[in-house]
This record gives sequence, C-alpha cells and structure tokens, in this order.
Amino acid sequence: MPKRTDISSILVIGSGPIVIGQACEFDYSGTQACRVLREEGYRVILVNSNPATIMTDPEFADATYIEPITPEMVERIIDLERPDALLATMGGQTALNTAVALAKSGVLEKYGVELIGATVEAIERGEDREKFKHVVASLSDLPGGAPEVARSIMCHDVDHVVEAARELGFPVVLRPSFTMGGVGSGFAHDEVELRAMAEIGLDASPTTEVLVEESILGWKEFELEVMRDRKDNVVIVCSIENLDPMGVHTGDSITVAPALTLTDREYQRLRDIGIAVIRAVGVDTGGCNIQFAVNPATGRVIVIEMNPRVSRSSALASKATGFPIAKIAAKVAVGYTLDEIPNDITGVTPASFEPTLDYVVVKVPRFAFEKFSTAEDTLTTHMKSVGEAMAIGRNFTEALGKALRSLEDSRAPLRLAGPVMDKQEALRSASRPHDGRLQDVVQAFRAGATVAEVFEATKIDPWFLDQLVMILDVAHQVAKAPGLDAGVLRLAKRHGLSDAQIGDLRGMSPGQVRSLRWALNVRPVYKTVDTCAAEFAARTPYHYSTYDEETEVSSRTKPAVLILGSGPNRIGQGIEFDYSCVHASMALSAAGYETVMVNCNPETVSTDYDTSDRLYFEPLTEEDVLEVYAAEAAAGPVAGVIVQLGGQTPLKLAAALQSAGLPLVGTSPQAIDVAEDRGEFGKVLAAAHLPAPRFGMAASASQALKIAAEIGYPVLVRPSYVLGGRGMEIVYDDATLTTYVTTVTLASETNPIMIDKFLDDATEIDVDALFDGQDLYIGGIMEHIEEAGVHSGDSACALPPITLGAHVIDQIRTSTRAIAEGVGVRGLINIQYALAGNQLYVLEANPRASRTVPFVSKATNVQLAKAAALIMMGATIRDLREQGILNLASDGASVPASAPVAVKEAVMPFNRFQTSEGHSVDTLLGPEMRSTGEVMGLDGSFGIAFAKSQTASYGSLPVAGRVFVSVADSDKRHAILPMQMLADMGFEILATSGTAHVLRRNGIDAQVVRKRSEGTSATGEPTVVDMILNHEVDLVVNTPYSGASSGSTRQDGYGIRSAAVMADIPCVTTVQGLIAAVQGIAAVRKGRITVRSLQDWGPLMRPRP
Amino acid sequence: MEPTVPAILVLEDGRTFRGQSFGATGETFGEAVFATGMSGYQETLTDPSYARQVVVSTAPHIGNTGWNDEDDESSRIWVAGYVVRDPSPRPSSWRATRSLPEQLAAQGVVGICGIDTRALTRHLRERGAMRVGISTIDLDPQALLSKVLQAPAMAGADLAGEVSTDQPYVIPARGEKRFTVAALDLGIKSMTPALMSHHGMEVHVLPQSTTFDQITALNPDGVFFSNGPGDPATAEHAIDLLRQVLAAGIPYFGICFGSQIFGLALGFTTYKLKYGHRGINQPVKDLRTGMVEITAHNHGFAVDAPVGVEVDTEYGQASVSHVGLNDQVVEGLQLTRDGRLVGFSVQYHPEAAAGPHDAGYLFDRFADMMADWRNHA
Repeated sequence: MPKRTDISSILVIGSGPIVIGQACEFDYSGTQACRVLREEGYRVILVNSNPATIMTDPEFADATYIEPITPEMVERIIDLERPDALLATMGGQTALNTAVALAKSGVLEKYGVELIGATVEAIERGEDREKFKHVVASLSDLPGGAPEVARSIMCHDVDHVVEAARELGFPVVLRPSFTMGGVGSGFAHDEVELRAMAEIGLDASPTTEVLVEESILGWKEFELEVMRDRKDNVVIVCSIENLDPMGVHTGDSITVAPALTLTDREYQRLRDIGIAVIRAVGVDTGGCNIQFAVNPATGRVIVIEMNPRVSRSSALASKATGFPIAKIAAKVAVGYTLDEIPNDITGVTPASFEPTLDYVVVKVPRFAFEKFSTAEDTLTTHMKSVGEAMAIGRNFTEALGKALRSLEDSRAPLRLAGPVMDKQEALRSASRPHDGRLQDVVQAFRAGATVAEVFEATKIDPWFLDQLVMILDVAHQVAKAPGLDAGVLRLAKRHGLSDAQIGDLRGMSPGQVRSLRWALNVRPVYKTVDTCAAEFAARTPYHYSTYDEETEVSSRTKPAVLILGSGPNRIGQGIEFDYSCVHASMALSAAGYETVMVNCNPETVSTDYDTSDRLYFEPLTEEDVLEVYAAEAAAGPVAGVIVQLGGQTPLKLAAALQSAGLPLVGTSPQAIDVAEDRGEFGKVLAAAHLPAPRFGMAASASQALKIAAEIGYPVLVRPSYVLGGRGMEIVYDDATLTTYVTTVTLASETNPIMIDKFLDDATEIDVDALFDGQDLYIGGIMEHIEEAGVHSGDSACALPPITLGAHVIDQIRTSTRAIAEGVGVRGLINIQYALAGNQLYVLEANPRASRTVPFVSKATNVQLAKAAALIMMGATIRDLREQGILNLASDGASVPASAPVAVKEAVMPFNRFQTSEGHSVDTLLGPEMRSTGEVMGLDGSFGIAFAKSQTASYGSLPVAGRVFVSVADSDKRHAILPMQMLADMGFEILATSGTAHVLRRNGIDAQVVRKRSEGTSATGEPTVVDMILNHEVDLVVNTPYSGASSGSTRQDGYGIRSAAVMADIPCVTTVQGLIAAVQGIAAVRKGRITVRSLQDWGPLMRPRP
Repeated sequence: MEPTVPAILVLEDGRTFRGQSFGATGETFGEAVFATGMSGYQETLTDPSYARQVVVSTAPHIGNTGWNDEDDESSRIWVAGYVVRDPSPRPSSWRATRSLPEQLAAQGVVGICGIDTRALTRHLRERGAMRVGISTIDLDPQALLSKVLQAPAMAGADLAGEVSTDQPYVIPARGEKRFTVAALDLGIKSMTPALMSHHGMEVHVLPQSTTFDQITALNPDGVFFSNGPGDPATAEHAIDLLRQVLAAGIPYFGICFGSQIFGLALGFTTYKLKYGHRGINQPVKDLRTGMVEITAHNHGFAVDAPVGVEVDTEYGQASVSHVGLNDQVVEGLQLTRDGRLVGFSVQYHPEAAAGPHDAGYLFDRFADMMADWRNHA
C-alpha cells in the first residue's frame, strides 16, 4: 500500500530531557522519524523540550516547538498548527503518556487529530498489565498453546499487596502501572520490604496500581524487536539475550545480540509468541519490543511485557543489525507496507525480511554510582544506568572485550593478571547483581571456581560462563608463551584482549605490545554490518574491527575527516557532545569532505549509519582509534582528525594520537594542556591581567590547611583530575577540610587536590566562543541562576544574560579573546566566569565543545559546532560570517532586543536512587554535577521562560496554594522579598520556626510547622515531612545550612528535600532559584503561556544582515 | 584449551583458508554453500537436501546448544563438511545430550573452524557456489586443489537415490484421520510428515523409485513430493511420476525439490542459482494474498516461469503463486483446473525446522485442496 495521502501534517512528540531510562535513543529515533516524514512530503511539527537534540534542529521539522511536553502545552501547539495526525511512538514513555492523555481528554477528537503508529486501545493493551495478561492468555491458537504470563494479582492498596504476596509466595515482583524505566518496581523478599516498596510503587503509578507477580528471578531473559505493517506483515528485527538473568532491568544488563543459547525450536516459539502478541495488541504500524523469561532447567516460557513503541532496545537492535527500526516504523506509520520499503543497506532487497548477523553484539551499561555515594548499588528491575556502550565482534569474547573497554572505566576490562581474590569472597560478591559483577565472576574463575559454582551463585547461563573461562585460557596461553609470536597475539586479539590486557599478562606496556603486534603485522580488519550476513553486497560503509583475514574498507579519493565521538553517556558527558559531533559531520560533508565517525554509543544519532559517510562502531581508546586511522589512511587521504567535539573522551586521547602522527585539527594538544594545567593557565591569565580566584595544590592535609589559611574560607576542593566536578566540595572549616583530604580523596603526591578560593554570592557566567587565530566570535553568554558553587551543568541559566550590564559584557569579550588567544584555540572554547562585586574572575576554560553548545545554538539560531568544525579545517570566522553560518556583523554577545529569553534547566535523577535504608538520596545541588539532562524554556520574558523550563523539567510551578519555606541564616535576608511576593499573590506560607520568625518580623504571615526532628506533636500535629508526603504543600523552598557537616538541621533539610522528591513537588534549594521561581509564578499568573516555534523565533534571534 | 589440529579448506578456484579441525579429522569434498540461519544447525546438518554439500555457517557461534534427541530432521548428518568460525566447546541447553563436535566426530563429518567465514561467504557470493575440499591430512593447497577438481559437480547430480528411504513407512495421523497422503521421499525432512500428521493426514513415506501404480494402490487423497538434494533436471523418474499424478487429477503438494519437479512436469525449466538461497530470513510474497511471509530456504536451483501469467498446460492452468522478494526468484507454483486448485508447490520450507512458521498455512491449504477434491470427485 502506498503512503497515505489523506493526511498532510504530522505532529511528532519527542521524549524531553535525558533522564535515566529515557536517553538519546529517542533523539535517534525521533530524528529518523522527522527526516523520513519530511522526505515523504508531510509537514512535520515537532515538540520536544530538550534543546540538546538533533531532532530539534530547525531543519528537521517544519515547525519545531521547544516547549514542555505536557498535555496542556501540546494542546496549544495542536490548536496553533492543526496537524492531521500525531505520531507518539518515537518519544518514549513521555510521548506515549502525553498522547494517551490528549486522547482521553478528548483533545485529539476535538481537533480531528488521528493517532498513528499505535492507537490508544493498542497502547493500553500493551501497557496495562491486566489487559496485556488477557491478550497473552487469549492466544490459544498458537502451535504449542497459549503463552504464559507470570502469575500475578493487581492491587490498589498496600494491604492487598501483602495478601497477594502471601498467595503467590515470596519473593514477589512489584510492577506499578504506567511508569517509565521501571520506577517503583522491584523484588520484595519479605513483608517489611514489600510494604515499603508497595507505597513507593502505588505512588509512582499514575493509576495507583501495582501488580504483584510470581518471581522468575534467575531465569534466562530475552527480547524480540518486532515490526508490523498495516497489511499485517510482521518481522522480527532482532533477538537480544540478557547475560544478566531475570532480576536486573534490561537497561542495566549486559545484553547480547543475537540470542545465543536457544535452539531453533525454542527461538521459533518466542518468535511465534512475539508475532501473535503484536497482532493481538494491535500495534498496527510500527515497532515494539517484547520481553521473555525462559526457565533454564525446563524451558518454560513466560511473556514479561511489551513496549508498544520504539525503545532503547530498538535503538540497540537498529545499531546491532543495520535495520533502522524508527525509520521504517515511521514509513509504516504513514501507510507503507514493509515490502514497499527498500533496505538501504543492500539497496536491492526489501525491508520485509529478518536481519541475520554474522557477528556478535554486546552492550554494557554505564553507571554513575560514584555521583551518589549514599545510593544502594544493587541492580534491580528499576533501571539505574546512565548510559551504555556497544561493541561488535566476530565472536562473543571479542565483542565483550571491546564493549568493556568502550566504557572508559578502568575497573571494567576483565582483570586477567595480578592478585587473585579469595574464591568464596568473589563468589559472594558475584551473587549480588551490581556494576562490576562480571569482573567478580572472572576473579572467581581465577580463584578456581567452577562453571557450576559460578552458575549457582549468579544464574548466568553456563554458555557465557564458559566463554569467560575461554578468555582466561587464552590469557593463560599469552602469559605462558615463551615469546609473543603472531599466533599467540592473534589468538588473544580474536578473544578481545586489548594491548593493555596483553601487556598486563606479559609485564609490557600497551605501547610495547602495539609495536610488537604491528611488527608482526597482527592488525584488525574491518567488516561491514550489512543486515544479511554477506548474502547481498552492502552499500553502506558501517564497519567494525575484528581479527580476521579480509577487510572491507573501500578506497576513496575524497579527503576524509575522522570525528571521534563521546562514547557512552554519563553524567557530565552526554547527548550535547554527540550533537556537536553530528553537526561537524553534517558541515564537513557539505564542505566536500568524506566524514568518518568513530563512536561506541548505540543510543546516539552519530552512530546512525545515515549520519556520516562512514561509520566505525569502535571503542574510543588509543589502540582502537589508531587502528581506525590506519585503515582510513590506507583507504585514501585523511585531512584531519577531530577530538574537540566529543567531550573529555576524545580529548584525553589527543596527545597520544598526535604523537602517533595523526593529523589532529583545531586546538592543539599543547594548547589543551595550557588550558588544563593550572600553572600554565595562570600564566595566560597573568599575561592578560585577568584575575582568577586564588588557589593552591595540596598533597597532604597539612599542606591543604596551610593553603586554606592563606586564601581564606570558604574553599572549593577537588581532585586534580575531574569530569563533571566529580568529588568537588565546598569547605568552610579546617575540620571538614582535613576529613576531605584524608578520607574522601586520599590525596597524595601523584594525586594532589586543588583548593580554590570559593566566591560566595558570585554570579556565574558561562561563555561559548569561537576563535580562528584572528577573530573571536562569542556564541553566547549565559548567566547562571544559581550562584557559583553549583556545578554549571546543574545550574539553570539564561541567555541572553538577564542582569549583566554592557560593561561586564565588554569585559567578558575582552577576557575571552585574551584567553582564546593565549591558549591558542582554533575552534570552540568554553569559559566560566564568576562576577563577584564588580570583579570578573576566570574560573576555568575548556578549549573544546562544551555541554552548552546545543543550547546556545538553539537560543541564538547559529550553529556553533558546524562553524567550529569548519574553522578546524581552516575556514575563518570572516568566511563563515559571509556564508551566513555566523551572524554577519554581530555575535552572540549582542542579542537583538527582539530575541526571546532562553532558560536552560538541568534535570536531576534523584528519584532513581535510594539509600540502602530505602530513603531517597539528598537532592542538594553542589559543585559535583549530578544532572542527566536539560530542558529549555523559551519566551519573550524571563519569567515565563523560567516557568516553562520548570514545567518541562520538574512539573509546573504552582500558581496558588501553600509554600513551605526553610532557609539557611545566610539566605534569610534575600528570601524576604520573594516570600513577600508569594504572600501577596495569595500563597499560604508555612515555615520552620527560625524562618517564620524572620518572615513575621518583616510583615509576612507565616505559619510555623514542626520539623521532622521535632516529631508529631501530642495533639497529632504533623511534621512538615508528613505534610509534603501528603501533598499538602505545593512548593518547597529549602536551602542548605552552609558548613554544617552534621547535625539535626542538616538532617531536617535532607528529610524535607527527599520528601519533596518522593511526592514529586517542586523543590527549590537556592535563594536565586526562589527568586526566579517567583518571577515565573508571577508571569504565569499574569497571562496565558503561549507557544512559538523555533522557525518563528529564528529571524528574531539573529539581527537582519 | 585442547591442542588444535590444523586443517585447510581449498576452493576449486584455488582460494585457500587455513584453520583448525572441527568434528572428525580426515578429508572431504563437496559443493561449498553458505547458510545464513542463526539458529537450527542441528536441523540443517540432518537435512538430506544438504547431501554432498559443504555448508559454511555465516553465524559465527555454532554448537552453543549442543545436540539433542528431538531436533534431527532425518536419521543422520548429511552435509559433506561443515565450516564454522567459533565452535562452542561446551553446550548449554536443558535438552542437550551431547556436544556438536562429538556428534560430528561420531558420524565422521569433517569440518574446519577458525577461518574467516565472512570472507569465504563473500567469495561464494561473488563467484558462485563451487566445489571445495577440507582436509586435516593433506595441508598442501595444491595437492588438495587437484583432488577438489576431480570431485563431481552439483549440476547434473542425481542424488535422490542416495538419500531416499529404502522401504515405505507410515506416519499416522494425529487425532482423527482425515486424509491419506502419498509422500515421495526425495530427501524428506521429518518435520514435514509430522506437520501433515497434525493436520489429520496419514502419511505414507515412499522410496523415490515408487511407481504410479504403487501410489494409486494407496488410494491417496493427495500426493506430496519432498525436498531433496541434486539437480532437478536429472530426476526423470520423479518428473514422469508426477505427470501421471497430475493427469489422474490427484491433488499435489510439493516442497523445494518437489516444487522444481512440479515446474518441470508442467513444462517449465529449472536453472542453477549463482549461490542459492540458504537461510531462514527470506521474504516471500504470496501473490494470492499479497502477504509477505518470512521463510526458510535451502535451494540451489529454481524454476524459470513467467510471473503474473497463466500458462495453459495439459494438466490445467499453471501460474506462479509465490515470489522471493530479495531477487524475484519463483518461490511457488500453482495449478488450477476449472478454477479449482489441484496442485501447488513452494520452493521454500513451510515445515521450517529450522526456520519461521509463517508458511505453516500451506499445510492447511493442502488439506483444503484434498477436501475440495474429495467433495467434487
């Protein structure tokens, strides 16, 4: 059937900010969908609050709304744009829930908008556990009979949950309805655990429903990615097997494609069930994911769940097979049948087939527990990982080795040499699912454990365990070989050992192993991901390395530029860097280069084979990048290698790559060192007469105390190497400093800590700029809303700056230029300043693409990363101004008066983590970055823009109701005015006694409520925590008490903030945040919030040439 | 890790791969073909259609689930040799009773592992299926090449006699018996009569030399010709037999080789594909419904018949019913007389094993055709 002509415009809903469980895989799918729909001639309207996405680039849709994804805001967009159809299966649970809400409230009917991809009924049959259970049970026509689901009971209150668990027998699984990424779900082993979890789960479910289910802990877990068209053709795109057995969320599991431990009969049974389920649920047009558990002893199959939409697994499956699920799903959603859609990889065969793999794909999760030191790190059915890396090899061992080194976590690659653990200890540790369990398994084997023992401890399928034993056998051969000859090296490489691992086994450095390997000509070849195991010729150069005979890299004449991506998402390095890499690829491809992307993150747009001319799905390590370069250098001229756009990951490789002779372009590694070395950078600042906060480096507590005495408290302390501010703290006294130095960071000569003067009450300013050696172009100046001290990645900020005067802007321009010149930047630089009093201090400079590049680009309608890539390849700012890529005469420091205010707000993952006691972790912002994503609010005025940013990230600010306030003494003075405004707007003010006292003295009527430490009164008067949990408060304002490292006051604050997170109530933790919130509330109360597309804003953002 | 025995693989055009022995040691020759299924090696190895062929598995990990007592498609392994990249040392499956290498060694099947199977596959794709030798005895490529060149080619090979049953046997109907089917074993897979039996058919599996009289003596409701190895153009007896069946108006169903025989009996020709279809992911369109099914294929030859045209034959109107969407190869034929279906065949494997079950409806179609014939006879 050809595409539908009865619809002409389609609204696509994105997934909003990156959060745990919903990351840039939805930018990948949404970008594909938008691209396809536009190619098909539809008018595409997009809503997504996340500015760091490629899909929200104005060229991917006809009307792009960077607006909060709430039913109210989407209705306004529908009212304005009047789309014929709504595609909600590309934007994760956020989009699906929004679409269901719009359908149920009658909005879609009112405006005549058809839901395409999946109907509301299908979505509910797939997602509502009771309905899904009935669907599965109804499939009695299947050969082999109706599939089973786990026995379960739906409950609406805690007592019922307990009763159900008694009937099914402990342990039981709790699954709240309609939550994303498994929020509130998990295993309960006893009644105490059960009651605590049931409360959270019931609360997390928008329908207050929790399913209590029999345990299938330890069973084998599989997933199928299924596609269906409107003629009822169904194909299975990919099977995925979880190495971690049932009990660990698939997002937190090591997963493998294809499934490796099923016979054909068993696989076909899953396939039959998968097809029957998608038909019965009625996802008519698009993709979905179905999960199964298989009892390893009997083969009994249980259908776990389905997602009636594209998912993280479908992104993985797309990358793993070369079958672009989202792209095909979008085509199918507008009426094409699978046999009408060509397979782009072969060009000659249709999409109505099932990819077959002649390689193995391994995905490993990346966690961030180091950011949440109090969080419990046992893995459960509630997803906790923040990113993932994927690797492709010709066998499991090779793919696993590559995947583990792709994580860029020194603890991840299997430790094959060195001290041997105690066997029982290793087995005990391996029995608990956690980040690093696989390492424990390997150490257990090294300590002499058998496959049977490890299986007993972990329930990991013996096939995988046997493969790990094989890796150890290979390691043994490497260690014991009289000399490293080509045969031994090749054997090691074929089982995924890195040069570093081989070096560990032989007492050699990785460089020595590499030299020897190269001398013996043991080099990888590059194979192609082609969907068909070489049955047909592939046209798409999507490559992976392996140690085999024949390479498939074709020669070329065009000069190539290698772009190194950013690897797995983590806190501090996420989608923003992928955005810059993708932009570089687009700009350089347009400029006539052959772009070659190297990356290992399956969630991203950069690893879409459509993005660059060539794609190498490879780890971003020195070894792997050097080999890719060698392969491309053999294929044709290489004009440059770009390391500055992918964040720290490629930047860390710069020096090594340069010394290996790679033609790095842009800012040189020497210049990068200048910016990163405090001494060298200090010289640059001194030469330009720019002040920086005083600082020092300490290798011991006594040194630290001495430095602190010199520069004065408060001080900002951190380890000398940091990413995303890891380990940073603000310290106010000697005792805390001593503790920090001696216990927290274990400072030493080789690992000193940095101590900076902390500027209290300073305004932090972030600048992104381009420099070509001659000219400076300020991309944007962002004024932070939280004071300096909150990590810039976690702080909300506004562009244009809302309070800075012309004089400060001039100073910023002069200073930025001096730094860019002094450091030697060619391309992008990000500088953080602090304005304290009238003095502008330089905090730090990063000569690379920063996290804020996409935000600035969206807010100013100038694509900085594209410009940067061209500058790196030799273009000048003058050229780019003339070409219209940059503004002709002005830059981002002088935003036209017509331009909107853009507010960026960070999104924190606090609701994902719990302490081992089951409390939520503290929500305080600090110098350590903890946010996973960001949103943008865009409006003519700051107040509404800020309000939108809050709606998009945390839920709307209240316009009436009750505010609870408790602020630190140092904040009380600044809190008076905003609290007065809230009172004037009619808010009822609740406060702790100290704060209430101050407010009353200033004429604000505040009612005192009990602190948690005071407990419920004899008359039953509740504490503030109880009130928050009972949703009797609409806004919480709680700023931390500086410097107190313990004590009941701090504990009270923690309790209040945790309760706000659990109750999902907006919680402001800084006075500046309070002021902004009040501005937002006032603006919202004044008038209706309007929406406006980027395409409409565009001309207003850039001055007329 | 056990010490490895070196092995060598030489193609008739001289391309050589060095690897390690897998399964039995020794020397073997056959036609090199690649199979792209990621599951079902036990079914593949025991499929008689692979007789005299050296199968290259494109899926790298083979042997993961070992060998069990239920999944054999015939009484033995038929492949002439097996080429895999990464055999699993130990199986993991609750049904496994032994490992694949043990089973190969027990049946004397010579294999090679550790070679670049993708390079070999690409070579076969570009140059076409060709003769090959594997040896653990003679590691000199030149010497092995001369032996390869002496081995017989697949074109012109009549292999049905090698794989067919010597004696007729009966698979009873499961449940109520509705039909009697005479099934000519040209290399039949056990899943085929098993599925027929599930559809109420009593299946008489007959040797390939069976005569028309022997068939009519069974008074069958339908006749079935199975899959099998070799060049269909050499199967003169089977073609002749089928013409008698068609002339008698007995409903006919054919799979794979049985489809090629059907084509030849109807007056079409067959030809050898460059490298064949061997996989379980092949899209086929049923031209009657427009639906696409994902099917299991194992064929090196195909029928040459015009698509979209009804051809008058002495047995009725013949037409192409199914087409492979990857390369537009004829994947199914049908014969109608007075608008009623009297015979059909598919080039692929509705019985799957290994493979998807999408085409299972064809057994219903066979049953319906027989019922229709009986009602109108």
